[in-house]
Amino acid sequence: MVTGFGLGMVYALIAIGFVIILKSSKAFNIAQGHFVMIGGYLGFTFLVTFHLPVWASLIAAIAVAAIMGLLIERLTLRPLVGQSVLAIIMMTIALGTVLDGIATLVWGGEYKAYHGVLPTLNLKVGELSVPPETLIGIIVSIIVVLILMIIFRYTKMGLAMRATAEDEQVVQSVGIKVTTIYAISWVIACVVGVISGILLGGVSGVSTALAGAGMRAFAVVLLGGIDSIGGAIIAGIILGILENIAAGYLDPLLPSGGGLANVFPFIVIIIVLIFRPHGLFGLTRIERI
Amino acid sequence: MSLPSGVFQQSYAQDMAIFRTRTHWLLLLVFLVLLFTMPIFSSNRMLTVATIMGISVISVLGLQILTGYCGQISIGHAGFMAVGGYVSAILTAKLGWSFWAALPCAGLSAGVVGIIFGLPSLKIKGFYLIMATVAAHFIIIWVVLQFYDVTGGADGLAVPRPELGGLVLKSKASYFYLVMIIACISVYLAKNIVRTRAGRAFVAIRDNDLAAEVMGVNLWIYKLTAFFIGCVFAGVAGALLVHYFAFISTDNFPFMNSVWYLGMLIVGGMGSIAGAILGTVSLKLLDELVTVFGPTLAAVFPAIAAQAAASLGLIMRGMVIIIFLIFEPRGLVHRWEIIKSYYRRWPFSY
Repeated sequence: MVTGFGLGMVYALIAIGFVIILKSSKAFNIAQGHFVMIGGYLGFTFLVTFHLPVWASLIAAIAVAAIMGLLIERLTLRPLVGQSVLAIIMMTIALGTVLDGIATLVWGGEYKAYHGVLPTLNLKVGELSVPPETLIGIIVSIIVVLILMIIFRYTKMGLAMRATAEDEQVVQSVGIKVTTIYAISWVIACVVGVISGILLGGVSGVSTALAGAGMRAFAVVLLGGIDSIGGAIIAGIILGILENIAAGYLDPLLPSGGGLANVFPFIVIIIVLIFRPHGLFGLTRIERI
Repeated sequence: MSLPSGVFQQSYAQDMAIFRTRTHWLLLLVFLVLLFTMPIFSSNRMLTVATIMGISVISVLGLQILTGYCGQISIGHAGFMAVGGYVSAILTAKLGWSFWAALPCAGLSAGVVGIIFGLPSLKIKGFYLIMATVAAHFIIIWVVLQFYDVTGGADGLAVPRPELGGLVLKSKASYFYLVMIIACISVYLAKNIVRTRAGRAFVAIRDNDLAAEVMGVNLWIYKLTAFFIGCVFAGVAGALLVHYFAFISTDNFPFMNSVWYLGMLIVGGMGSIAGAILGTVSLKLLDELVTVFGPTLAAVFPAIAAQAAASLGLIMRGMVIIIFLIFEPRGLVHRWEIIKSYYRRWPFSY
């Protein structure tokens, strides 16, 4: 149950980065899982290879993430503004592949973990003891999510971002610089990705397989509603717990003994798409010709 | 359709012909002769590459009809290939059917599975549909792994090579001929499918499905037809792939293949049969380049030698798709049209 919760938080963090970009630029960022992976490796470099203190490596990683976000937005996504969904999705997939390649090239694509480097907290709820690093992960992700929700709801920047997603031409005509909005949203997504990557590296380690978790996180996005940050969190926790329960109870019943955890999110995707395409908390879109 | 000046069509049949001038026929003939004499002058390695290329062309043609013409984006194509591959493998290896009977069954069963996973397309599109097809891929592979007794699960299954009148197609050259003949038939079929009523309905759905429905295109039938046709091609390609390796396991159909098939469409050009072929051939050639030059590069930079081979392919492919999306989103075929119209008008271009 608690493991499922931790897993759910990972999914939720990936999903949030995705939702941010979607909310501001209507681009579907398949590479979000790769951002998390890069974040984990960056954390490894700064914390373990360079032996920086935690706060310094966090700042360094966030700086690198911001630069990465700016570059990605300017070089690859800006030329595609106004192109079809397929073009943007293929661009982010290609981007993910390149990041994958870079990770393999620089860090060897191996499994890296740094337990015990991040600060720990202990918590006992009755009989249940929460693993300290999972707890840190949960706390940090809740803080990140709260900050993001406040930005989106109460600041001018957040309002501009939401408006940009609605219609970039109208937004441009009222004097908001759309390109800046895009750049900021990619930077935020990259930073969120990198922070969650570092957390994940501290909790369970990172490897290039994390990109697969990115794919599975889309079940969360779809279940929670594609444009809802709160929905992403709730759906992430639901899915993480359900996945664990399904693996625990149903796997023994299956002929070849399992693997349900890997495929469970995809079954959820199909079910959600057939019965409730806009998810639990998403807005229903009405289409006009 | 631009034609060289001085060519006049005088009948409907002439106007509808695919090959319209004598040069077209000559070029086709030269190409076919070169293709079918390839085993004589090329090495074993080249034959392998060409055979895999041919199989990929068949699969990408299906994806072109489904995605390029009908606009139903699918990143589950490798999954549908797996369906065809497994059906053919089980029918031949376990039930002792002949390859020639199993091949159509493989195509049809993949088509039926395609229809099942195409059902959500009636309600959703764009990103949602992509996720549905991604899910389709993983669910198919998982189901295959569940039925260990039939499919061999993760261990795989040995598959016999096809026979033709007592002759087992064992050599590389003989299999090359088989694949190329089927690939040529598929190109011919695909080229004609997209010119039929259904093909035009696909294009209408791609451009705007609501408008198409208002004009009287039955979305329910045509979207599922597109899924069926696309997946039949995938199933046939999957079966050919399996019989080529004489072995099947889920590793033959990795998820990234589905992505690369879409990449081939983008490099080649969406909505064009020639684009599917061009894209497949050029991306596969790129792979070959990486395989050939990877070791050299590793020797030059020994520090990254271990990872270079694995990462270089990923980076190269990703970069090629990024570059094409930015600089030539309409693909190689568009570039080729520009060149063609240039030399046709040559000294008197505008």
